[in-house]
Amino acid sequence: MKFNIKKLNGFYLLKDGHVYDPYIGINKKIDVLIKNNNIIEIKKNIAPKSSYELIDCKNCIITNGFIDLHAHFREPGFEFKENLITGSNSAIYGGYTRVCVMPNTNPVIDTPELVKYLKDKSNSLPIFIYPIGSITKDQKGDELSEIGKMVEAGAVAISDDGLPVKNSQVLRSALEYAKKFNIPVINHAEDGYLVNEGLMHEGINSLYLGVPGNPSIAESTMIYRDIEIAKYVGGKLHIPHISSKESIEVIKYFKDKNFIVSAEVTPHHLCLNDSILRNYDTNAKVAPPIRSEEHQKSLIKAVKSGLINCIGTDHAPHSIDDKETDIKHACCGMIGLESSFGLVNQTLLNNNIPINSIIDLFSYNPSQIINIKPNFIQENSNVEINIIDNNLDWTFSNDDIQSKSSNSPIVGMKLKGKVIYTFNKGFISIKK
Amino acid sequence: MKSKHLIGLEKIPVEDLEQIIDTGFLFRDVLERPIKRIPALTGKNIVNLFFENSTRTKISFELAEKRLSADVTNFSSSSSSVKKGESLRDTIQNIHAMKMDCVVMRHPVPGSAQQLTNYVDSVIVNAGDGTHEHPTQGLLDIMSLKEKFGKVNGLKVGIVGDILHSRVALSNIFGLVKLGAKVKVCGPPHLIQKDIESLGVNVEYDIDSLIEWADALNILRIQRERMGIGIIPSVREYRKFFGITKNRMAYHKKELVIMHPGPINRGVEIDSVVADSQQALILNQVLNGVAVRMSVLYLLLGNKNLEI
Repeated sequence: MKFNIKKLNGFYLLKDGHVYDPYIGINKKIDVLIKNNNIIEIKKNIAPKSSYELIDCKNCIITNGFIDLHAHFREPGFEFKENLITGSNSAIYGGYTRVCVMPNTNPVIDTPELVKYLKDKSNSLPIFIYPIGSITKDQKGDELSEIGKMVEAGAVAISDDGLPVKNSQVLRSALEYAKKFNIPVINHAEDGYLVNEGLMHEGINSLYLGVPGNPSIAESTMIYRDIEIAKYVGGKLHIPHISSKESIEVIKYFKDKNFIVSAEVTPHHLCLNDSILRNYDTNAKVAPPIRSEEHQKSLIKAVKSGLINCIGTDHAPHSIDDKETDIKHACCGMIGLESSFGLVNQTLLNNNIPINSIIDLFSYNPSQIINIKPNFIQENSNVEINIIDNNLDWTFSNDDIQSKSSNSPIVGMKLKGKVIYTFNKGFISIKK
Repeated sequence: MKSKHLIGLEKIPVEDLEQIIDTGFLFRDVLERPIKRIPALTGKNIVNLFFENSTRTKISFELAEKRLSADVTNFSSSSSSVKKGESLRDTIQNIHAMKMDCVVMRHPVPGSAQQLTNYVDSVIVNAGDGTHEHPTQGLLDIMSLKEKFGKVNGLKVGIVGDILHSRVALSNIFGLVKLGAKVKVCGPPHLIQKDIESLGVNVEYDIDSLIEWADALNILRIQRERMGIGIIPSVREYRKFFGITKNRMAYHKKELVIMHPGPINRGVEIDSVVADSQQALILNQVLNGVAVRMSVLYLLLGNKNLEI
């Protein structure tokens, strides 16, 4: 049995684990007793009974569900790549209980009706889904979508996803208007002219491979513009999937002037570098591109210093046909929900980042960027819990993939740390 | 030969590189015979898959294959089907179905030849993959230099033109550096890769200094489509700063070997008088192209017991 999800039924005793809930400030060894979908008791040394299902949590961390601010569940329109059900399964496999989904579907999520459609359709799923509406109608970059009505219907942020808002005035309007609804604007920062049909990071590896390069400054120049506009209008900007050293320098420049933006990094930008493309592995083709080791190191440093606040997976399923082609025609993106924690945990533990700070990147920090309130680990609360074996060494394989797609260059890699149980919305999922 | 395929000159072991060149000279002799055909690849099936227009390379490979007595199939696809991105996967399936011994492929996307090796058992010969490599061109250029100078080690070779978009430049650089030549690249700065010196070459923006320094120049074709769309301002400006013109060569009065992979844009990157002069190796390159391709196919596929 590798992955099993079922309705919570009866008593579960989480025994001998270390509970970490940064929302309410618990950080100690304590037992947790669950009945159906509720936490009924938290105290030391709860005695097991024959009616309890005992879960041995020795050497494990019991913590909140993870929150992903950046995923693609492809519904509606691209259900052959992913749908809400398969996307949710891959989320819960990775320990994610709340996921924000990007609007680059067909049709684009640019009306309250479409937001509501996603909300309604996700009621019965084992995770909570938060739609992100588009900034502009049909992601065309011209006219603002019905942002207010989308927020009323349940949208938690706006983004044109992979299409950067080129028109600076449109971005200004969006940042200003979104203030009224207290949601962040998420702009994919890449200057298309500088990208110049680049297919991977411009550097020594692209030189050897003869592949047109996408320079790191394509990102940082647009991030500079975006933050400058946000600062001018006092808007709330969130920077997705940051990839370059120069971009970190830009964020720091504004932070030193007391204007702070939130920034996310993907597991692949943080934990991989562009040498992974030395065999033209199209599964490692993403936008923005995975950059060189120098950039990767600066991202790790920025996570340490707090310039980067959270992990966003940019889980981007693509079918085999979309990926099993040449590097130019392959779609950008990789799946990431299932491998996210193991990959990030391994990299950051190796860089001496404490485990609680690593966990914060997955739950507490993202919840502060987009206002999401999970269930806390306290008595009388609904159960929304991960049990993490953070020292487990495991190899990521195709069996771990719950997504409808399998476009992952992580397959075959050794990871450290795994979410072995996730409780959420009355479900328990077991992953060991 | 250690290599199973010929994908590029970056990864090829230096011994293989030398063996291909040395065997190439044996095939040069074959090409001087009255009957230019040997039975080295009798019964072998080779398909020439060209997903991009090519005249010279395709003819050269075909001649090489026929002179080795291989069974040759040609497939050219319009560029439109490549644009749809279907080609590579369909290609793989077709090669499986046709049970080909060897695939010679030209494809507009870098890496496609190497990707092919992941999926098929056939021997793969890269006949040019986008802006990556054109290894047989690099080999024939090196062979032509060796023929002229008797050695490659220590030779000073300048490569001139649009380095950024040139697979010929990249294969030349990898091969020449591996064999101990000194290489300088010269061209408009924005058409030279930013990190190119990490390949072991130097950058020279001044064509006259390059001419004074070099033993040989490899002049790349300038794509006319890049002219006048903001990348290269005009033909006359290019000629002024990078052209191998009659006047420039007369001024330098230097014994300098000139190579060009063809097809030549006469009057753009090089003047006719220079291209047709004694110092140009251009037609030798064409002949060596057939010989070195015979050498590659023979070494990768052939019956090694057969006397050439």
